[in-house]
Amino acid sequence: MSKQETVLSARSRRGLAYWQELATARELLFFLALRDILVKYKQAALGLAWAVLRPVLTTVVFTLVFGKIAGLSSGEIPYSLLVFSGMVPWLYFAGTVTECGNSLVTNSALITKVYFPRLVIPMSGVLANLVDLTITSLLLCALLFWFGTGLGWHIVLAPVVFAVLIMLTVGLGLLLAALNAKYRDVSFILPFLMTMGVYLSPIGFSSAVVPEKWRTLFGLNPIVGIIDGFRYSLFGDKYPFQPWTLGFSFAVAVVLIAIGVSYFRSAEREIVDIL
Amino acid sequence: MTYAIQVDNLGKRYMIKGGHKRRPDTLRDEIMGLFKKKGPKETAREFWALRELGFEIAEGDKVGIIGKNGAGKSTLLKLLSRVSEPTTGQIRVRGRVSSLLEVGTGFHPELSGRENIFLNGVVLGMTRTEVRRKFDEIVEFAGVADFLDTQVKHYSSGMYMRLAFSVAAHLDPDILIVDEVLAVGDAEFQKKCLGKMQEIGSGGRTVLFVSHSMQSVTSLCNKCILLEKGRVKRQGSPSEVVLEYFGGGHSAGRVDFGSHGRHIGDAGVELMYGEVLDHEHHPAVEIDIRKAVQIRMGFRIKTRSTKQYVPNFHFTLPGGTYAFVSSPQTVGALPPGDYEACCMVPGDLLNEGTYSVGLAISSFGSASEVHFFEQGALSFNVRDSMDDSVGRSHGYGNIMPGAVRPLLPWTVTEARS
Repeated sequence: MSKQETVLSARSRRGLAYWQELATARELLFFLALRDILVKYKQAALGLAWAVLRPVLTTVVFTLVFGKIAGLSSGEIPYSLLVFSGMVPWLYFAGTVTECGNSLVTNSALITKVYFPRLVIPMSGVLANLVDLTITSLLLCALLFWFGTGLGWHIVLAPVVFAVLIMLTVGLGLLLAALNAKYRDVSFILPFLMTMGVYLSPIGFSSAVVPEKWRTLFGLNPIVGIIDGFRYSLFGDKYPFQPWTLGFSFAVAVVLIAIGVSYFRSAEREIVDIL
Repeated sequence: MTYAIQVDNLGKRYMIKGGHKRRPDTLRDEIMGLFKKKGPKETAREFWALRELGFEIAEGDKVGIIGKNGAGKSTLLKLLSRVSEPTTGQIRVRGRVSSLLEVGTGFHPELSGRENIFLNGVVLGMTRTEVRRKFDEIVEFAGVADFLDTQVKHYSSGMYMRLAFSVAAHLDPDILIVDEVLAVGDAEFQKKCLGKMQEIGSGGRTVLFVSHSMQSVTSLCNKCILLEKGRVKRQGSPSEVVLEYFGGGHSAGRVDFGSHGRHIGDAGVELMYGEVLDHEHHPAVEIDIRKAVQIRMGFRIKTRSTKQYVPNFHFTLPGGTYAFVSSPQTVGALPPGDYEACCMVPGDLLNEGTYSVGLAISSFGSASEVHFFEQGALSFNVRDSMDDSVGRSHGYGNIMPGAVRPLLPWTVTEARS
């Protein structure tokens, strides 16, 4: 049996070999994701209930604050449904980006002791959180039928929206993971950005309430296209959706992935010596 | 000879600035740095953890890597196991490498033993199918069958270590890189670990083993590399290299003192040479623990005297502790000439490890006099092949404490009441 020869030098791990190696790490990716899922649901006292309670309670609060107190309009859509449908993609995005951002630091014990393609670490978070996304999506389905809204043919757009959502999450997550490993203050900036995001994205309100002259500026937040696109896939023409915003989100996601991957690759070479 | 690992001009550089890292640690500093006036930059100090390192390890070699703290052992292991990247040079590796830089890498306390076996196995480079195939073996070796579904945070530290090592021991790599993991666990488990490593080694696989335990290195390895300040100081047979590490360096088993232009002795008597001979009377640095060793000292009596020159040999351990001193029972006054004093230390008396021998001649007439005392003049290494040596027949495999490990007559009989 001939044994594989590997050359390790300052210039190894470039080009095609990098991606081939990543392909062989599929099982590791799967097990790390499984670990994250198991730990998450074992550690929390409420277990699975937490995955349900968090979006539900936030939705209740947002419906009260934005719908009742501020009295914003949600058109023909029940307000709580509007909020919850925004919560589904947002919670995945915010949770995963934060987790990815901290992933290299939290897993430093692993990274400094054993070699594997480092991309696996942030990617496992992206994968593991899909469980949460599935749970909230199922809840949403239940709510839709509870309110008697049902689903129309527009739902075929949902997979496209989720694809853009995941791409955007991956791009930003990788960038932040590498940045955070090099610069520790990123972990302080991250929660702040996410809090801002809650108010700058149409989660607690409909994009229709944003004044017309600001709509374009508002749409430059890549989350807007995703949330609006998702709501359009659920409620059809009852929800005002500007298709260019989803296209813009897609473009941002592609650019972020390109930047994220290349920055991650350049940073992973020195990360071990810094962590 | 086919190589397993070829290291060529390997170097690893770290940048240090007054104890801190050179780069800005925070994004804030980085951004502020952009606006700062370009003043004279703070000079970053280079630190080469490894430099111009070169060696080759043949397939099937068991190589011990030793050196003081900071010699570059850990850095070398990190480079070999690909955790860190070299700054210069290259490493060529043939075959699958598994590295064990720490026991329990990737273990998660919240997960059960079963879950951790899979997770850890995959992290260390096994496929899921491989883990499943070896699962029973791993569990049995670790002896945790009853606790498989318990979270490992409830394990005792011994159980935790056993399980972690067990997973790693079943990796089945072509090249195994191990760092000091044997320093953990209870004695019984250490023995199992050593046994397992020997088993891995005997299967024609290549083992790299970093340790502070010289006994383990000489027991397990057939080759040894001594690192000092990031370079290879010496490589060769474990006993030779271990002796060099302890500062002996007289690896030939014989030292001639007259030839150094330095005379050891006084007006009456002078030290000529010292020798360590194995049971076949060959100069040696490595002695089988079961076999006798001879220490010889050549000396010259230069003047006629009534003094009775008593040769005495001082056997010490690496820390400087005395094991014992030995001298002949009777000596007479000798006429001028060349003499050789020979002391036979029987087999099954010394413990495994390194001994230094100080060579001295004293006389005890009207006044006690030391004519010369060359401390640590000779050194040799006692190797325990773990094969029926004293104290090993019951299966005990751990290091045995003590300066000596003599074979003594024992009886165990039924007590008469």
